[in-house]
Amino acid sequence: MMNNPPGGVPAGSPGAVAVRVEHLHVVRGGRTVIEDLSLDILRGQVVGLLGPSGCGKTTLMRSLVGVQQMAGGTVTVLGEPAGSRQLRDRVGYLTQAPSIYPDLTIEENIAYFAQVVGIPRRSVAAEVARVLGMVALTDHAKSRASALSGGQESRVSLAAALVGTPEVLILDEPTVGLDPVLRRDLWRIFRELAADGVTLLVSSHVMDEAVRCDRLMLMREGALLADDTLDGVLAVTGATDVEAAFLELVDRAAAAASAKEVRA
Amino acid sequence: MSLRLTLATAARVLRQVRHDRRTVALLLVVPCVLMGLGAWIFQNTPVFNQIGAPLLGIFPFVIMFLLTSITTLRERQSGTLERLLTMPLAKADFVAGYAVAFGVLAAVQAVVATGFAVWVCKLDVPGGVGLLMAVAIADAVLGTAFGLFVSAFATTEFQAVQFMPALVLPQFFLCGLLVARDKLPDVLHWLSDVLPLSYAVDAMRTISSSTDAAGDVGRDLLIVAGFIVVAVGAGAGTLRRRTP
Repeated sequence: MMNNPPGGVPAGSPGAVAVRVEHLHVVRGGRTVIEDLSLDILRGQVVGLLGPSGCGKTTLMRSLVGVQQMAGGTVTVLGEPAGSRQLRDRVGYLTQAPSIYPDLTIEENIAYFAQVVGIPRRSVAAEVARVLGMVALTDHAKSRASALSGGQESRVSLAAALVGTPEVLILDEPTVGLDPVLRRDLWRIFRELAADGVTLLVSSHVMDEAVRCDRLMLMREGALLADDTLDGVLAVTGATDVEAAFLELVDRAAAAASAKEVRA
Repeated sequence: MSLRLTLATAARVLRQVRHDRRTVALLLVVPCVLMGLGAWIFQNTPVFNQIGAPLLGIFPFVIMFLLTSITTLRERQSGTLERLLTMPLAKADFVAGYAVAFGVLAAVQAVVATGFAVWVCKLDVPGGVGLLMAVAIADAVLGTAFGLFVSAFATTEFQAVQFMPALVLPQFFLCGLLVARDKLPDVLHWLSDVLPLSYAVDAMRTISSSTDAAGDVGRDLLIVAGFIVVAVGAGAGTLRRRTP
């Protein structure tokens, strides 16, 4: 029930490329945020995008959903240019700050977004109940969003991204500020979605979330330091955890850069 | 663009307003208080009958302008607009949804304020109460359309609020209420010819002076409708899916 797109994607099978970024170049406010970034994300994978805040994670994600002005490169999602009309009900996006209406109830928020993705009117209530169940907010359905805690707000925002069962989910820090139990539950949901063929890119600045991902992208200053499995990253760096591996990669990159400078 | 999404958006905006009871109360009470005050100031003079109807056209224009520019600015800033633009919502659905929602609010406001002016303040309307309400509603929708457009040029609420004196007060000065438009210096007269509020007030003056107003008022209403379409179109044009 989770993921049977009626239109059919040519490359629908697991292992096919869901997201392809080639030579992405983004300039914001006169500053190059991302320069010549290329990556592939395979269908049905949970990819963790890890890196310190300000490293370009959000800019990359905005490029994938087609709301970021790009200075160059191409971004293809499910075979279509990112942000194109055909993708808008197939790609779910969770913004970093909760993007919901504080003056509506949770139910009213989700019902509106459900209508926008094209859920027929008679099925809206069922869809609202389904996604609120996923983020454990069923009991709060009638609460005004403004009365919620920060963590609850971000879960409402997540529920809005899950509505209509998109095939690709771009989630910008979905677990920030949540208690460990909820974080575990959400990751369980992400895994279930991936098992149904949904592709997820999940950003976090908490390195310990890496263990839950099929693949890690470690990002710093707009570039990928690593794009590998957790085991791969640890093997290459000889580190025992992601944080240490990240630091090792940063040091290596700095050393490589200074060596280059010396040569030049 | 889809009618379903336009109406879903309008319903969502109205739900937001409904949860804000104080705004609804202000929306309905303030114009009545102002009309009552006007009637009181000019009691035992013919002035209220001359300016009452034009004021009924100006209040909803101003209030809806402010309300809309701030609400849409909030939506642009809160991230909900960015989310919507990644979803299957046409920009026109968004703008038209707001126009419909605030148009409905404006209509309710116009009916209440007009009713109060006519039946409580005894405003004399030779042109007919129905026509008066129709013009008041059109003016309110005009305010909504301009607010939508202008909100694109404000990055903070402080700026949005100041667009009101910047864009609305000049129209108020030139609309013919203070000095008849044909008595204005030439340049200002030409300027008043291209400002929408001039036609709104012309229509109201016709209604308050003539029993056979429908023809002239119809022409003015068409011009106001033209301004509404242009402002809504321009408002949709200022929305960008891709932002820096």
